[in-house]
Amino acid sequence: MPSTLFDKIWDAHVVRSIEGLDVVYIDRHLIHEVTSPQAFDEIAARNLPLFRPSQILATADHNVPTLHQDQPIREPLSRLQVEKLTENCEKYGIELYGLGHARQGIVHVIGPELGLTQPGLTIVCGDSHTSTHGAFGAVAFGIGTSQVAQVMASQCLLLSRPKRMRISVEGELRPGVTAKDLILFVIAQLGTGGATGHFVEYAGSAVRSLSMEGRMTICNMSIEMGARGGLIAPDATTLAYVEGRPFAPKGEAWNDAIAYWQTLYSDDDATFETEYTYQAADITPMITYGTNPGMGIPLTGHVPNEVPASEAESFDKSLKYMGFERGESLLGKQIDYVFIGSCTNSRIEDLRAVAAYVQGKQKAGHVEAIIVPGSKQVEQQAIAEGIDKIFAAAGFELREPGCSACLAMNEDKIPAGAYCVATSNRNFEGRQGPGSRTLLASPLVAAITAVQGRIVDITQYLN
Amino acid sequence: MEKFQTLHTTGRPLPLENIDTDQIIPARFLKATTREGFGENLFCDWRYNADVSPKPEFVLNDPRYTGSVLVAGKNFGCGSSREHAAWALYDAGFRTIISSYFADIFRGNALNTGLLPLQVSDEVLARLLAAIEANPQLELVVDLPSQTLAVPAWGETFSFAIDGYKKECLINGYDDIDFLVNQKSAIEAFEKQRAWTW
Repeated sequence: MPSTLFDKIWDAHVVRSIEGLDVVYIDRHLIHEVTSPQAFDEIAARNLPLFRPSQILATADHNVPTLHQDQPIREPLSRLQVEKLTENCEKYGIELYGLGHARQGIVHVIGPELGLTQPGLTIVCGDSHTSTHGAFGAVAFGIGTSQVAQVMASQCLLLSRPKRMRISVEGELRPGVTAKDLILFVIAQLGTGGATGHFVEYAGSAVRSLSMEGRMTICNMSIEMGARGGLIAPDATTLAYVEGRPFAPKGEAWNDAIAYWQTLYSDDDATFETEYTYQAADITPMITYGTNPGMGIPLTGHVPNEVPASEAESFDKSLKYMGFERGESLLGKQIDYVFIGSCTNSRIEDLRAVAAYVQGKQKAGHVEAIIVPGSKQVEQQAIAEGIDKIFAAAGFELREPGCSACLAMNEDKIPAGAYCVATSNRNFEGRQGPGSRTLLASPLVAAITAVQGRIVDITQYLN
Repeated sequence: MEKFQTLHTTGRPLPLENIDTDQIIPARFLKATTREGFGENLFCDWRYNADVSPKPEFVLNDPRYTGSVLVAGKNFGCGSSREHAAWALYDAGFRTIISSYFADIFRGNALNTGLLPLQVSDEVLARLLAAIEANPQLELVVDLPSQTLAVPAWGETFSFAIDGYKKECLINGYDDIDFLVNQKSAIEAFEKQRAWTW
């Protein structure tokens, strides 16, 4: 029977089915300091062993400072949370890449760069952006802390099978249009709840032509339209990225792996509950104007004038928070901060794109521009390539790895009322700090905005 | 997890769509390492001014509204997977959230916390919101065994859907851990026949 890529992987992981629910085996479990302590407590309270501690990897990323990581964390609660992770990992024999470790970084950046993320696997983490790993043709999704404890105890979850959606983007992306613009465009079409209940496969020539970094950016934001996860069929680009990484299969196992991975695609006549097709040529550089990621428009577009009556109250509350009016253009709006980072856009390719644009230029005087690499490895690579010097000369501050101002639970925050063009994934009220106003965009848009100091039509400023 | 009891209560209206978990509990409060105490910061930035004085117009600060049911706009709980959002609602005394649509991860987290996500149609949601705003004392009866929401003043009862297994878990206060741990031999057998071991 014809099957989708998602169903092939899901079916291969069903231990047994009970009353319409599947006991799904989890290959890799990633944990971090924020959503794991209560799960460890649950395990301890029941006096349970960890079922497969070798299939868990831990890092500290959400609640860490991005300056002076070689020194003890100053904020007492943050320090306690990170120490708790260390204690728990020691107690249960879990590999931890903590602060200062050469492999530390944002959980969704280090999984792929270490080769832990591979096609055909099931991967979970107590973080909604776990969908990132789907870029490799894995079934990866975010879970709550109760489920973190369930996976610790059994390496399984009891789940109902989601519906399938396929989103195809065909053709060639225009100059200045990136993977981030593609996914912001798609989310703007579907809305913030448009894919709820579904697992999304991204397909089409525009998606296939993307690098692994670009594919990760797309799958990362699947949750922003409510999807349970997103994935892309593995191909030569995927294999070339995975091969040789520390946890990638080697020798004979590599050949076995490739043989298996080559079976991972949606059959021609597989059915999806929902399908959308878009043309790459219709996508232009995007930006968000509101307080959810579905509120996106082309940079040269206008804030909508009309919305359905049922949405009017939420819509106007959102515009009031952002300080924007119905029907207005964002071009010319002055920006106070530029944040380049997060699990969406903090990989070496993102930093290279920013560096290529800002080389020989200066950020606008009133803009504070920070760049937070996704991992220690990304940071070291940037230094090895001399990108750090380009940033410094242009007035951009390169920090140490972490989630940083994406979620503002650490020291990095945007002040109330300030406008920040961010390469992260959420523009919710207060997401970057109480009262902060976030405009989501690509690294290229962020770089050009930092230099110009205001929102511009970037196609007029490309190098 | 505590057993879910039948509720005879009133509702608190929050007629906004796409309420994300960052609003329910902002990230800066996620530094705690236990499950308790999140209720005081529930909806913090909508509920309090920067100087921590309450915003009188927010529903949780409005003495007319009481009860353990939150009635909220569609796509409730979108965004971050933080289960702390469900814990905060539970800790603040809520036992049921009524909306016309729930984000997937929040729905699962709520069920694992003993909090019932009760989905009604857009039309019923709009009627409920209007009726509660007109009469904050409007009685609501949430009966999980019969899967019904009754509004006695209207003489109407609405049925709602819930997975049979999760319903039993809520009613009995069970969670998935015991169930999954009991599958150990099946899980070990599965591991042995797995095609991918790299």
